[in-house]
Amino acid sequence: MVERTPILNFFTHLILFAGFVFCVAPFVIVAIAASHNLKDVNDVPMSLLPGSDFWVNIKTAWTTADLGPKLLNSFIMAFGVAAGKVIISALTAFSIVYFRYPGRMLIFWLIFITLMLPLEVRIVPTYAVVTNVLEPYQTIMDLTGLSWLIEKISGVQVQLSLGLLNSYSGLILPLIATATGTFLYRQFFLTVPDELTEAARMDGAGALRFFVDILLPLSRNNMAALGTIMFLWAWNQYLWPLLITTDQSHAMAVTELKQLIPNVGGAPEWHIAMAGTLIVMLPPMIVVVLMQRWFVRGLIATEK
Amino acid sequence: MASITIRSVKKNYAKTQVVHGVDLDFASGEFVVILGPSGCGKSTLLRMIAGLEEISDGTIAIDGKVVNKLEPRERGCAMVFQNYALYPHMSVAQNIGYSLKVAGVPAAERTQRIQAVARVLELEHLLDRKPMALSGGQRQRVAMGRAMIREPKVFLFDEPLSNLDAKLRVQMRSEIRKLHRRLNATSVFVTHDQVEAMTLADRLVVINGGRVEQVGTPAEVYGRPASRFVATFVGAPAMNMLEGTVTLDGISLLGGSRKLNVSRAGLAVSSKVAVGVRPEAVRMVAPGTPGALAATVDLIEELGAGRVIYVDLDGAPFSVVTSEAVHPEPGSTIGLQFAESDLHFFSSEAGGRLEVFKASVPEPALQG
Repeated sequence: MVERTPILNFFTHLILFAGFVFCVAPFVIVAIAASHNLKDVNDVPMSLLPGSDFWVNIKTAWTTADLGPKLLNSFIMAFGVAAGKVIISALTAFSIVYFRYPGRMLIFWLIFITLMLPLEVRIVPTYAVVTNVLEPYQTIMDLTGLSWLIEKISGVQVQLSLGLLNSYSGLILPLIATATGTFLYRQFFLTVPDELTEAARMDGAGALRFFVDILLPLSRNNMAALGTIMFLWAWNQYLWPLLITTDQSHAMAVTELKQLIPNVGGAPEWHIAMAGTLIVMLPPMIVVVLMQRWFVRGLIATEK
Repeated sequence: MASITIRSVKKNYAKTQVVHGVDLDFASGEFVVILGPSGCGKSTLLRMIAGLEEISDGTIAIDGKVVNKLEPRERGCAMVFQNYALYPHMSVAQNIGYSLKVAGVPAAERTQRIQAVARVLELEHLLDRKPMALSGGQRQRVAMGRAMIREPKVFLFDEPLSNLDAKLRVQMRSEIRKLHRRLNATSVFVTHDQVEAMTLADRLVVINGGRVEQVGTPAEVYGRPASRFVATFVGAPAMNMLEGTVTLDGISLLGGSRKLNVSRAGLAVSSKVAVGVRPEAVRMVAPGTPGALAATVDLIEELGAGRVIYVDLDGAPFSVVTSEAVHPEPGSTIGLQFAESDLHFFSSEAGGRLEVFKASVPEPALQG
């Protein structure tokens, strides 16, 4: 039901405006705080008129926290997670929707269960696996006596080890392995008419050809939506990068922000911290602005 | 060009059997229409020929080579789908040329062949458009182009005209027919529309409930329906059916009030038969004409060139098609006449056609 009366219009706009203020106010305050000097930012209450030190603060934050390489790290990680997720989800959904094989439903439910097991819940075992990806295989070989047998025969002691701590793969891979994207794709694939699949078969396209030539181009919007969500999600990851990156060369921008937050006994340099926050917020904001159109289309509409 | 041989083909879905042992032979270059009501298994049969549906039992051979285990692309068939099934993200040219691209045909040759097909189908000016920007008829032509470009041995059509409006359907029908004359590839066309079936077919296959009811030319199927189902399914309005009882000296109709002077042809006395007569074969006469049946007019449907008159004949619904400019009032009584040679007899239970021989009496067979 759409009603248009001046009073109703006024109220809807009022609500809209209130929501807008509610969402934007924190950002405005951060931006204003980032433009003050040390004295002004600690005034109570803080002046809501912008100060004049914005660019100085940005520069200080950039050099203090060494944000250049950190932003690059964050970007590599977030991009890796988003891309990996888009690819893995598309493939798993393709398998689940388009193939009939024994255990298909079992696999579907296993994937489904991962929705209930976010990274935070399984963080200890995940960490253990990442320290040595081959550990489970080693255990299996030890338990079955296989490593003993190999040692007896060849004299070589089997010691499988592949650590992923402090590496991009270690940062990215565990974050890719969840189900959210699979379901988005599954729902989309279910709306693709069967006749399209059959037409492709008649045209001689095999399963993979159909996937690449027909399904992927059709799910452009889905990919954009999922990619955007995953990019933001990965960019904002805190716990996992903190846990797994001990050396500075792999530190993330979001975790390194902590360096800018004033310590007890240190100078209360909140203006620098806010400036740093602004810098770290910028890349995801750019992504959202650029992808917004696709993003909305991917989530609400299916192309006919 | 290829012949298709279908031998006792069956199709089961889990426990339900939808095709019950079909045997058919399609000659090379023939245009065969498979006609049947929805859910009769006609599409399933077509899809089994195409290779989109597994064959539960029996064999299908194209050009003498059994294709049961072959992938669709290896069978040399091309298919036109009901909803066109065009790839929405590809242009018309890409849609038409996709199978060639998959087959690895070089781009230059591909363009050339797309152009050639587009010329035949008058699609040249649309080659860069997306399917979204096409009308229904144009989409249909693109779908046909996609089938044609591979120069297939067999064309399969799965109700390709049912999404078009009436006028376009008639136009596309004749285009398909012209195209077939030109390419002369074996074509199998599935439809539930009997007008489409009659106009297109070299040979008509009528299917009901997963069984073949009759195979024959459109004229044969119309003129000598092999079963009660075919009789009522083919022809519009449907053939009138009256219940007859076999008596010692013929068949009595309408509860014994009318008698047909025919031989019993070995039927048991007092067994039931279904007697059919096409609405087109019934003549309207003045009530009380000797030898005419009296009926009450229910409803008149004006068709322009003629009209269908629905009447009540001793409690049974009955229809008459006439091209005469007569407009009897609903509720009035009219007389009906039909020649005995226009009657069709079917078994009441099995529905099969009965050859009831005319008695050698040269008198008017129908006695009022």
